[in-house]
Amino acid sequence: MIYNIPYLAVVALILIGLYAVLFKRNLIKMVIGITLIESGVNLFLITLGYRKDSIAPIRTGNPEGVMSLPVPQALTLTSIVIGVAVLALMLTLIVHIYRHYGTLDVRKLSKGSDDE
Amino acid sequence: MKSVRNIVAVVFFAIVGMFLIFSALMVHPFGNPNLVDGEEVETKMDDHIIGGINETTGKPYGAQTETGADNAVTSVVFDYRGFDTLGEATVLFTAVAGVMLLFRRRKK
Amino acid sequence: MNGMSRIVKTVSSFAFPFVLIYGFYIIAHGHLTPGGGFQGGAVVASGCAMILVAYGSIWTMERIKEKDLSIFESLGAIGFIGLAFFGLIFGGYFFKNYILEKGFFFNEMAIGASNINTAGVIPLMNFAVGLKVMAGLFAIVLVMAYASSKKEEDK
Repeated sequence: MIYNIPYLAVVALILIGLYAVLFKRNLIKMVIGITLIESGVNLFLITLGYRKDSIAPIRTGNPEGVMSLPVPQALTLTSIVIGVAVLALMLTLIVHIYRHYGTLDVRKLSKGSDDE
Repeated sequence: MKSVRNIVAVVFFAIVGMFLIFSALMVHPFGNPNLVDGEEVETKMDDHIIGGINETTGKPYGAQTETGADNAVTSVVFDYRGFDTLGEATVLFTAVAGVMLLFRRRKK
Repeated sequence: MNGMSRIVKTVSSFAFPFVLIYGFYIIAHGHLTPGGGFQGGAVVASGCAMILVAYGSIWTMERIKEKDLSIFESLGAIGFIGLAFFGLIFGGYFFKNYILEKGFFFNEMAIGASNINTAGVIPLMNFAVGLKVMAGLFAIVLVMAYASSKKEEDK
């Protein structure tokens, strides 16, 4: 069991993010929790493709040993950029919600507001 | 004040936590992606991208001879899997367009 | 928001060209060393964000409008899709590496000696994606910083 510690770190990140989404009331704390879940998933993708005592998959002139797998690193690049894009849109919507309603509490927002 | 919502949230959190911890101990050991259920698998993964030297003809193969780039990760992102990069560029463009639309200045 | 003190303005405007050169180096050598279009574009965007924080968003918005950044980003996106479509016209399929052995520049095969003249259409795609990411991320930060300043709230 001592050899699976990076995967237990991934599980810890995902569970902390899930706790922040489920049990907090402020909208900004929920957004921070979503970012933590995305970071955990990116870490999981990278640690899947590691070989023991390996170098980066770049061919220089020296004949070396084993190389890590390059495909999970390419998938993680795409995932990080998509995470940044979704975070920007979420924060924009939070700014507009605060300007319109004056509060950021989820319980008060979901009980119905004073619409006309 | 415990309500129904709090109890359902705690039960859901416990179930997801148990699933995640149980499956994190069942993945292949860290550092050896060829071991599946305790036994070694014959084919090595991503070998057609990392490359080597063909035994029968003696010529090299892999990403360096097919795309001409030294970096295997860049050739995977832009040449072997170019469609994913196209989709990601579209998502980034949509996000920037959405942010600039919502913060437009009104002219009086 | 307002700018910061005179010491911060001097030091950040002194360090800004070095960050730009570092970011462009990462974009240009994407097919030889770790890096590429996305990573280099993020470095340049964070260098520009340093200037935005030091000088204030009102000062920056008077000099760089968001229309110019939108034109840059669209140029990057059109360049990326245009390079993919040229592979369909000249070769046989979409995303074909059509200047690997037949073109004017970037037309040698790599042998591990870190020659920059290699790898076909990949460095051109790195430039297009780097331009797109750089303009897009800086536009997001600039628009959000200006929208929460005091001049905007007075309107």
